Order: sequence, then structure tokens, then C-alpha cells
Amino acid sequence: MFVQNCAEILGKYWSSLLLGVRTTLVVSLLGTAFGLILGLLVGGLRAARLDYTAGPAARFFKKLFDGIANIYITIFRGTPMMVQAVFIYYALLNVIHWSTLVAAIFVISINTGAYMAEIIRSGIQAVDPGQTEAARSLGMSNAQTMFGVVLPQAIRNAFPAIGNELVVNIKDSSVLMIISITELMFQAKSIAGSTFHFTETYFLEASIYLILTSIASFILNRIERNMNRQERTNVSLPMSDTDPRSIGYVRVRKK
Amino acid sequence: MAEPIVEIRDVHKSFGSLEVLKGVGFCVREREVVCLIGRSGSGKSTLLRCVNLLEKPDRGTIRVFGEDILHTKDVNAYRAKVGMCFQQFNLFSNMNVLKNCVYPQCKVLKRSREEAQRTALQNLEQVGMKDFAGAGVTTLSGGQKQRVAIARALCMQPKIMLFDEPTSALDPEMVGEVLNVMRDLADKGLTMIIVTHEMGFAREVADKVVFMDQGRIEEEGTPDQIFSHPQSPRTSDFLRASVSK
Repeated sequence: MFVQNCAEILGKYWSSLLLGVRTTLVVSLLGTAFGLILGLLVGGLRAARLDYTAGPAARFFKKLFDGIANIYITIFRGTPMMVQAVFIYYALLNVIHWSTLVAAIFVISINTGAYMAEIIRSGIQAVDPGQTEAARSLGMSNAQTMFGVVLPQAIRNAFPAIGNELVVNIKDSSVLMIISITELMFQAKSIAGSTFHFTETYFLEASIYLILTSIASFILNRIERNMNRQERTNVSLPMSDTDPRSIGYVRVRKK
Repeated sequence: MAEPIVEIRDVHKSFGSLEVLKGVGFCVREREVVCLIGRSGSGKSTLLRCVNLLEKPDRGTIRVFGEDILHTKDVNAYRAKVGMCFQQFNLFSNMNVLKNCVYPQCKVLKRSREEAQRTALQNLEQVGMKDFAGAGVTTLSGGQKQRVAIARALCMQPKIMLFDEPTSALDPEMVGEVLNVMRDLADKGLTMIIVTHEMGFAREVADKVVFMDQGRIEEEGTPDQIFSHPQSPRTSDFLRASVSK
């Protein structure tokens, strides 16, 4: 009975489920990507330490920014995303007349951004301060040090946590059904409503979520393993400088 | 006698209530190798870090090539002229050996990648690390890391090199390779200020030895004066303890 019903639902409603998967993926992937960018910005600025060379204006803006960032993170980590979605969607509807999909991506992005900011901040703080000192001692500016040395290492440190946000977003984008975007949860609810096979429909829905998150985890693990391998054996040793492979990304001309 | 190129005068520095430097000063002439010795906590490293502006003294003056560096407009341009090596090497762990040397040149000196690479390979060759240009820094031993760190600093063609206990974090069998590189640099006439616990090295290579104690300079002079005929009882106490170790 159960299996038969599941097969029937799949046969009849596969296209709406697929649409649900597509919307879920679009919202969670874009949300994670924009969230990461936002997190890099907010977390990076929050972790930045002004040294004695900073002027009073820089100090003032840093204080101001820290205050604003604090409020942002507190609010978006401290309220449910479902509530954020309805509130922000309706609050801005009359101002910018946006579609629910855009609103959903916007909400999940700034929500993720709040978490990412903390992830990036702790990633930056985990980078050995000696790295910054060495960069500064060579004459590199604050920005050069940040983008060339600290952030790449911070992102590397924080990669598992960043990837985790993607997995969380695939699942938690389900609460965005509250503003009626056609993501997986919304579609499943409509299907269940018209077939009355609630158990089967939600079982299918759960299975699809599990497949999506498993694929995401698998890919993230692979990326992480690759990064580790690259770090360990950047290139086999020793080798000659005339061998272009030996220099990694830079080529050396033969004399 | 040549004019001093580094003049440190009456430098004071406190961290909170702890006064680390209580008015120190000395001079370094061109092509001179100055070794700072003294107990841990005597302020040697802090003084060295002041020369490169990693710490800002509370009081006093530091003139390098006649310029008052404590009031310099462009700290980064000044730092590019002064190389520094750290106890913990501090190689950029997100880059391989060659990129460690190339990246700062491209960013700070705005050199082209080709030129930066040429300079990097020359300097890596000088420290005997050319064959490791493509290696990840985590694959290197401590001595190799420190030699790369020296090459990285040399790539900026500094007029002065600062060494902050460059061999203190090394296994004993690797100390020699790093000291040899530094000896080479001294022979080539590079001006260097070295904080070290390697008394034998200081005695052999230094033109001037400065003994620091409790945030003050207790005694300074030629290696022979300091090591063979110390005037201050504190100096001789310290030397006795260091040699018997």
C-alpha cells in the first residue's frame, strides 16, 4: 500500500517535486553564496584590529561598524528565519514590490550572513598572529595582509563550518514556504493536500531532502580532502627549478 | 668612522604597568653586525620590534638613515627597507616556498612576476633552498623554514636585517645551517641586528655586542670586551650561566 502510494505520487507529481527541488537548490545555494560574501565583509571587518597607525577617523568608523554589526548579528541569529521572512517580505512589499522568490533569497542571505560573519571572524582569529606580523614586517598594507595572507587561511580553517551552512540552508529553506515560494516543502504540502496521502508525501519529501544534503556533504568532503592534500604535498621534493611543474602555479623560464 | 645608520636613543616602552624598556639606546653603523644578548624578558625582542615599528615606543627617538621613523608618514615603505626574521619563521602557510618570496615583492615593490621570481630564486639559492621552490611550507623542517624566511626578507633588498632569536625554535642539529646563512650575510656586508642566545655565534660574527638587563643596556662593546673582559658583574653572571648551560 505504502510503496504503491509513493510510486503513484512520484509518477503523477514528479514535475512539481522537481520544481520544488530546483527552487530549494536555487534559494539555498544563492543564499549561502551571498551569505558568505556578507559574512566575509562583516566578519572580516569585525575581526580587523586597528594598530597604532590608525587615525581617529578610522577608530570612530570601526567602533560604529562594530556596533551595527553586533546589532545585525544579534537580531538575525536571535529570531526565527520564518518570522524574518514574513516580516521582511510584507514590510518591504509596498516599497519595492518584490517577488516572493527574491524576498526568500534576500532573507536567507542576510540570515546566513549573520552566522557566516561569526564563522569568518572566528576563522580569522584562529590564524596565527605571526602571519600578520610577518606580512606587515615585509611592508604589506593592512588590506594586502588581509586579502593575501589572513583571509585565505581563515577560509581554509572555517571551511567545514561554511559548508555546514549550505547543508543547513538546504533543509532550513523549508521555512520559507511561509511566503509561498515553490520550494520542496511548499510543493509537498500542496501534493499532500490534493492526494490526502500525507505520510507517503512527507516520506518522499524527507527522502529527497536527505539525498540533497548527502550529495552536498559528499561534495564538501571531497573539496576539503583536496585542500588538505594540496597543503600536505604541495609538490614532491626535491625537484629542479627548471621543471615548470615544480613551481606550482608559477612557471620558470629556462635560461 | 662612518656615521651610524641606526640611532636608537632613550627608548621607553611599557605594556600596561610593565615597563619593558627603560630608556635604551645604541647605534649601528653601516655593514655592522650587532648582537643583542640578555636574559628572557630583558627587552631585547621588544627593542628589535621597535626598530621595525611592530611596536611603537612610548618615548625616545629612533633614526634610521637620518629619518625619524617614529614620525614617518609611510610605515609600510619604511618596513620594506628593513627585513625581519622571527623565532617562529612565520612563513605564509597558504603559499608555497616560491610564492612566499614572490608575493610580497609583487605587492609591496610592485615588481613584475618575472622579476620577482628571478629575485626569489636567486635568494633561495643563496640560502640553499632553491630546490624546494615548489614545496609547501608545511613539508619543510624548522631550519629550512627559517632559511626560506631569510630569503623572503632578502628579496625585498633590505638595507638592514633584523633577526629575532632566529634559532631558538630549532632542533639543535638545524641551528648550524641557519647560522651559516647568517654568517654568509655578515661576510657580504649586510647590516644586521640580531637577538640571539647563541653566544659562540655572537662572539664570532658580531662587531658589537649589546648586553641588556631588566630593560636597560647594561654593557656594550666588542665581542672581546663583553665576553672576555666584562665590566659589569651582571654581564659576567649572565655569561657564566649561559656558557655553563
